[in-house]
Amino acid sequence: MGIVTPIILVSVIGVVSGIGLTLAAKFMAVPVDETAVKIRECLPGANCGGCGYAGCDDYASALAADHSLSPSLCAPGGAAAAAGIAAVLGVEAGSAVPKVARVRCSGLKDKTKESMEYQGFSTCAAAKLFFGGPGSCKNGCIGFGDCVSACAYDAIRVCNGVAQVDRDLCVACGMCAKACPNALIEIVPKSSRVFVGCSSTDPGKKTREVCEVGCIACKLCEKACKFDAVKVENNHAVIDAEKCKNCGLCAKACPRHIIHVIPKPGAKPAVPKPEVKPAEKQVEAPVKEEAPEKTEAVEKTEAPAKAPAETPAEKPEDKEAEKK
Amino acid sequence: MAEMLKIIFAAVLVNNCVLVQFLGICPFLGVSKKLDSAVGMSLAVTFVMALATVATWPIQKFLLDPNGIGYLQTIVFILVIAALVQLVEIILKKYMPALHKSLGVYLPLITTNCAVLGVCINNITNGYEFIPALLNSIGTGLGFLLAMVIFSGVRQRIEYNDIPESFKGVPITLIAASVLALAFMGFSGVIDGIFGA
Repeated sequence: MGIVTPIILVSVIGVVSGIGLTLAAKFMAVPVDETAVKIRECLPGANCGGCGYAGCDDYASALAADHSLSPSLCAPGGAAAAAGIAAVLGVEAGSAVPKVARVRCSGLKDKTKESMEYQGFSTCAAAKLFFGGPGSCKNGCIGFGDCVSACAYDAIRVCNGVAQVDRDLCVACGMCAKACPNALIEIVPKSSRVFVGCSSTDPGKKTREVCEVGCIACKLCEKACKFDAVKVENNHAVIDAEKCKNCGLCAKACPRHIIHVIPKPGAKPAVPKPEVKPAEKQVEAPVKEEAPEKTEAVEKTEAPAKAPAETPAEKPEDKEAEKK
Repeated sequence: MAEMLKIIFAAVLVNNCVLVQFLGICPFLGVSKKLDSAVGMSLAVTFVMALATVATWPIQKFLLDPNGIGYLQTIVFILVIAALVQLVEIILKKYMPALHKSLGVYLPLITTNCAVLGVCINNITNGYEFIPALLNSIGTGLGFLLAMVIFSGVRQRIEYNDIPESFKGVPITLIAASVLALAFMGFSGVIDGIFGA
């Protein structure tokens, strides 16, 4: 007898709770986005919040709602989770435009100089706090590789002082862009092959003093462009990827050879150099002057150090697209 | 009234559930990295503590005690609290999506949080009536909130400091927690001082 009451009591409480929960789950079910559920299955379920969302479910639903969101924010899940999510989203997103990161600085070590001997913490963020960094151009690549440590895909590295992106490996997650204290890195569609390798906001005269390859805002590119795609803003040229037809006229017009044209994927194999000398430290100086030479510029630009980062990767675009 | 205030003060400061009673250490260490998640978690805990008291106090008084099976307290409480939290989550999800979004992640974590269970059992062992028991629960939740907020501040400071390699991460966090717990020892006796013995 003594044992019967407790058994009955606990059983009754259990059964009542169970029935209550079942009914509640049935009648108060909320329709769930199936994509989010699939994405959620790719995530580790650690609910660590490392992605910046309040747990795995939240991140999954954010991804499902916004396909442009990076699938690689999950550190615990790592590459496996990112690949899984990309697969799920890839099916759904089908037509997503492949994108790639680009570094808007061409100030390799031999093109620009240092203004001090910096001995502090070797991160770009720390160096930036100290009088804008060791480079004489305060807008350029600082070269300590904050972007490199941010990249989960080993797709960016610092060569000769400037970060360079491997277009094959880059998945355009944007982590490097967030990490760069000078905001040099932009995420652009892979199809856009012409870009300005400088983001200096200094006036042309200053830029010319600190960097051999900085944009000096001479506006020759603006004049050369037939599609109104190039504009000089904040003392450096900016190309509107939507208007740009990749004709390369601006690159030919640039006297500083900082407008780079990446060869078409599958064009001539010869163009891409395997190893790039990507960027050197870019203290990026904007070059202002533009010289009138049109013809040579394009080729030069790309091949030489200036556009190194992007050049090598051209072919990879296809690959990347597939990956994604 | 003074009695009520006394209960709340005691629960928040003197008998702080984390720093003095060492209940709920897991969320205290796990979720205190960021201030907003710490606050979200604490509010969820406070809410669940109040709710759990509302559910368990009558069960103890009207079901367990009359039948002489008070010793089943722990197991019955766990059962009830777990079911309750799940139910609350379902209801929140349906009718208050915004609140569910801010508390949602923490609710399942709280299900078997020992601080919640501890409060319910303490209410019984201290012989509180229903209203004082409820106040004690809310006070304990607020104490948890206080500890979490303070500690998230401490941890953010820790992040920016140069910690010796062997102390990085959990060790320095535990040391900081113990120092904070020592500080809270200073509150013992405060209640008697304020409200008279």
